[in-house]
Amino acid sequence: MRWINILLGLAVAGILGFYGIRELLADPVYFLELFLGGLVRGSIYALIALGYTMVYGIIQLINFAHGEIYMIGAMTALIVASVLGLWGWHSAVIAILAVVFAVVYSCAYGFTVEKIAYKPLRTAPRLSALISAIGMSLFLQNYVMLAQTPEFQPFESLIPDFAFWEPYAHIITSVELAIIITTVVVMILLGMLIKFTKIGKAMRATAQDKIMSSLVGINVNNVISTTFVVGSATAAIGGVLIACHVGQINFFIGFLAGLKAFIAAVLGGIGSVPGAVLGSLVLGISESFFTGYFWSEYEDVFAFTILVIILIFRPSGILGKHETQKV
Amino acid sequence: MVTKKEIKQSVVIAFWFMLLTFPIMVIKVNTIKNEVIFRWQALFWTGVGTFFASLIWNYFLRLKESKKRADIKDDVPTVHRLLNTPQFRTPFLLAVGVFFLAYPFVFPMYHTSIMISALVYVMLGLGLNIVVGLAGLLDLGYVAFYAVGAYAYALLNLHFGISFWVVLPIAAVLGAICGTLLGYPVLRLRGDYLAIVTLGFGEIIRIVLENWSEFSKGPRGIPDIPPPGLFGIELGQHATVIYIYFIVIALVLTTIFFVNRLENSRIGRAWIALRDDEIACQAMGIDKFKTKLTAFALGATWASLGGVVFAAKTSYINPMSFTIWESITILCVVVIGGMGSAIGVIAGALVLILLPEYLRAVAEYRMLVFGALQVIVMVFRPDGLIKSVRKTYKFERAEK
Amino acid sequence: MKSIFKAIAVAALGLAVFTAQGFAADTIKIGSAGVISGDLAPYGISALRGVEIAVDDINAAGGVLGKKLEVMPGDDVCKPEIAVNMATKLVSDGAQMIVGHICSGCTIAANKIYKDANIVVVSPSSTADPLTLSGDHPNFFRTIAYDGAQAKLMSSFVKNELKAKTVALVHDKGDYGKGQMELVQKEFEAMGGVEIVLFEGVTTGAVDFSAIVQKIKRSKAEVTLWGGYHSDASKIVQLLKKKRVKTTFFGGDGMYGDNFTNLAGKYSEGVYATGPNDTSNNPLHKELAVKHQKKYGEDPGTFFYNGYACVQALAAAAEKAGSIDYDKLRAAMFDTKIDSPLGPIGFDDRGDVIGAGFSVYKVIDGKYTQVN
Repeated sequence: MRWINILLGLAVAGILGFYGIRELLADPVYFLELFLGGLVRGSIYALIALGYTMVYGIIQLINFAHGEIYMIGAMTALIVASVLGLWGWHSAVIAILAVVFAVVYSCAYGFTVEKIAYKPLRTAPRLSALISAIGMSLFLQNYVMLAQTPEFQPFESLIPDFAFWEPYAHIITSVELAIIITTVVVMILLGMLIKFTKIGKAMRATAQDKIMSSLVGINVNNVISTTFVVGSATAAIGGVLIACHVGQINFFIGFLAGLKAFIAAVLGGIGSVPGAVLGSLVLGISESFFTGYFWSEYEDVFAFTILVIILIFRPSGILGKHETQKV
Repeated sequence: MVTKKEIKQSVVIAFWFMLLTFPIMVIKVNTIKNEVIFRWQALFWTGVGTFFASLIWNYFLRLKESKKRADIKDDVPTVHRLLNTPQFRTPFLLAVGVFFLAYPFVFPMYHTSIMISALVYVMLGLGLNIVVGLAGLLDLGYVAFYAVGAYAYALLNLHFGISFWVVLPIAAVLGAICGTLLGYPVLRLRGDYLAIVTLGFGEIIRIVLENWSEFSKGPRGIPDIPPPGLFGIELGQHATVIYIYFIVIALVLTTIFFVNRLENSRIGRAWIALRDDEIACQAMGIDKFKTKLTAFALGATWASLGGVVFAAKTSYINPMSFTIWESITILCVVVIGGMGSAIGVIAGALVLILLPEYLRAVAEYRMLVFGALQVIVMVFRPDGLIKSVRKTYKFERAEK
Repeated sequence: MKSIFKAIAVAALGLAVFTAQGFAADTIKIGSAGVISGDLAPYGISALRGVEIAVDDINAAGGVLGKKLEVMPGDDVCKPEIAVNMATKLVSDGAQMIVGHICSGCTIAANKIYKDANIVVVSPSSTADPLTLSGDHPNFFRTIAYDGAQAKLMSSFVKNELKAKTVALVHDKGDYGKGQMELVQKEFEAMGGVEIVLFEGVTTGAVDFSAIVQKIKRSKAEVTLWGGYHSDASKIVQLLKKKRVKTTFFGGDGMYGDNFTNLAGKYSEGVYATGPNDTSNNPLHKELAVKHQKKYGEDPGTFFYNGYACVQALAAAAEKAGSIDYDKLRAAMFDTKIDSPLGPIGFDDRGDVIGAGFSVYKVIDGKYTQVN
């Protein structure tokens, strides 16, 4: 069984490698463009996946409402930016304030959602929390739809097209560049938060064993709340940047993006911060190449096939820790 | 009853929500015309609404806590307790039987029609209950098998003119095969990794149906799927609906019978053991792979049968009916009803599918209310509406 | 035990309410079925508002055959199975005419019910060919031109006016989008002289379309034809412009309208789309826009005027037939000529609209302007 797996893996890698090199040599510009496009797409997934993976790591909950938090972040930014725009504020100030408000409000929503829908279910069966999350997601979508509008609204990019960047903008736009840079920065910051700070230590402890951590004096509820807040903040930043990238927004954008990001997080090994980024990049780049060289209709099929193949070889994702089951 | 502290707490919560919902509830922007409308009265109503909501919420939360402490031992749902008393059981079953028999003749066609939908979901729920409730395998791609059944009937009928009754067993077998096919590669996966792979499987089936137009007619769908035949008698629209209704009733009864028998069989107990502890279960000599595969295969069988009925009833299918949301709905049926409990799943399906239909009164707030209800049910009844009861044996000391 | 009795009592009460609805006053009931929740809601709501305003207008003028009209809205969420339930509900609640549905798939599924119940159906927006061309739906009419007509216009315009030699066809894999592109493909193959260099579907609502944009760039298509709705179109158009791909973007009526130009902003410049004939100079059209603004506080949506015309046609046919009996009403529909906000329209012998065709528009200075 093991040998067959390894042989199969090598065969797949060989074929992909052969094709890849052939195409690279045949049309290097196209190849690189696709790669760059995939990188951007992967970074988009990563911005959402980071929050997913943090929350999952700590309470093993697929936070279906995460996509909605992301949507609310973007929506808040839109509202703040339009109001300030009408009041005639300077565009740089608007951009900063919009992001700040988006982050603050997303955090508040994340915090509240956790308190309402997940905290009472801490000891309940895990699936109950999942359904509660789904209900929350449905509620938030419809809440925004009813309070605002079901229509798509244009989202004026908060990041201007800088004049000095113009010659390179067709290779990578300033927004795309911002997305990639932000992803890297957020990943590093989160990694540092978890590794070096006191709250990070508490998070790791809580993730391992809630009862034990509360015994050694960690306020588990606070740690979980903090995790939600941090996760929501990354979602808000992602929401604003992605809305700038696609230039539009409505109440439904969270669902699809959230789903893809979740897949990416699982691919990378759910619960692991670098794993989420790696998984997203693998997903984004492979989708991009598949669309570029094969048929875009089956892009998602390919993404899922990659997922299945990777999970067959590494059942806990690329960077996931393989946990030995205890009896 | 309400103390000063609670009121204070609720006031704080109300203010928190007023702050929280401020941008989305109060400000309405129109980026096209560059207008901003401030709706201050919304702020007021949010405050008042959340104040009372939080009072009620906290009250019930406390009630739940105190109840938990009080009767932790005797925790059998009322329905189960009632069903176990023979004086009640017979009349109850009789009443239910009469109700369902008379239903299509008493109520207008629309009600029969949505009842069919709900009953199809009962079948789907009971099928998924095998996989999720009994065997503990989280399956987010269950809709794929539903699609297999629906398309099996539509395509076999379209190309070969095969009738409903012949397709039914074919679809069951097809479903079982597909279940095994999905089950095989994912045997090693656990928990959410399994969930995501099954989700992927569901999406793959849908995308293929969407794009492979030569095979499935693509997104345009397949129209004019005939209803089930009755010895070649032509039935009118109303009669057909009633006929399908009774077919579904029969199928649901069969499903209940099978699931009930399965649950108490050797394989059923193996599933439950597998769900509770995989390693201990293997140590007891249960073949893990075989047990998991049967769970997938049997679960898929019911979904496939449900799909056939669905196609026959709707008379038109396209891939839009088989999205991930459908899987989620079926999962909600199982979890909200009560995982592992057949009665719970039936109740869950009836509530979850009929509720949105009756919620049409609140039209556009329908999905909002629906989402909120899901959260509320889960928070206050985390084990579902009617939770499952484990078979227990009591040894009582014989009196001398 | 008590709670069970309570539940039964509540259920009985509920049913009493439901059955009581069947015996309403002496009105003609128009079922308005379509999508009014979910992500396609804007389309359905626009049509429903058209129906509501039309009914208000007709009632204010004395109703039809001496009776008032009454609207019964229904929501099918654009899903065929729900559409069937919805149709059954409308029929059992006593609907005598139907306006709807919005999505073609729903109309096809639900029309089986209406056909059996002998009810005339007029759709403001279902453009799928088989509805009228297959002959399976004798009770079906529509106030919008069918997809095939649009595909013909698109392909001939691309060949004759834009003089393109290579085209890329991109669609959103949906019922409407893919169907339209397949029709366009057939037209091109029949005409000859234009090479289809790309035929691809993309996932609607995706966050990034750069791969497909690069693919269009590599294919060197002179014209990119889009089958789908405005939101995805806007994303692709923006990326095409940002990545400086030299191709003319050309879409169907799913991306015609102000919502596209608003969404894509400056990037929409130079984009072509086919859309219903411009009737904004029609006096009724102007009047209705004002009415809509007054009643709902915003400009009319996509299918508002089509929805209005549906009710107009039904009312006119009923007056003409002198009854709302199915056979008479249906027969009268074919002879009905009305002055609708879409201009003077009638129906041909298949039930397709006469007089409301398509034109080609180009975005010039941020507004769609007619070019043919």
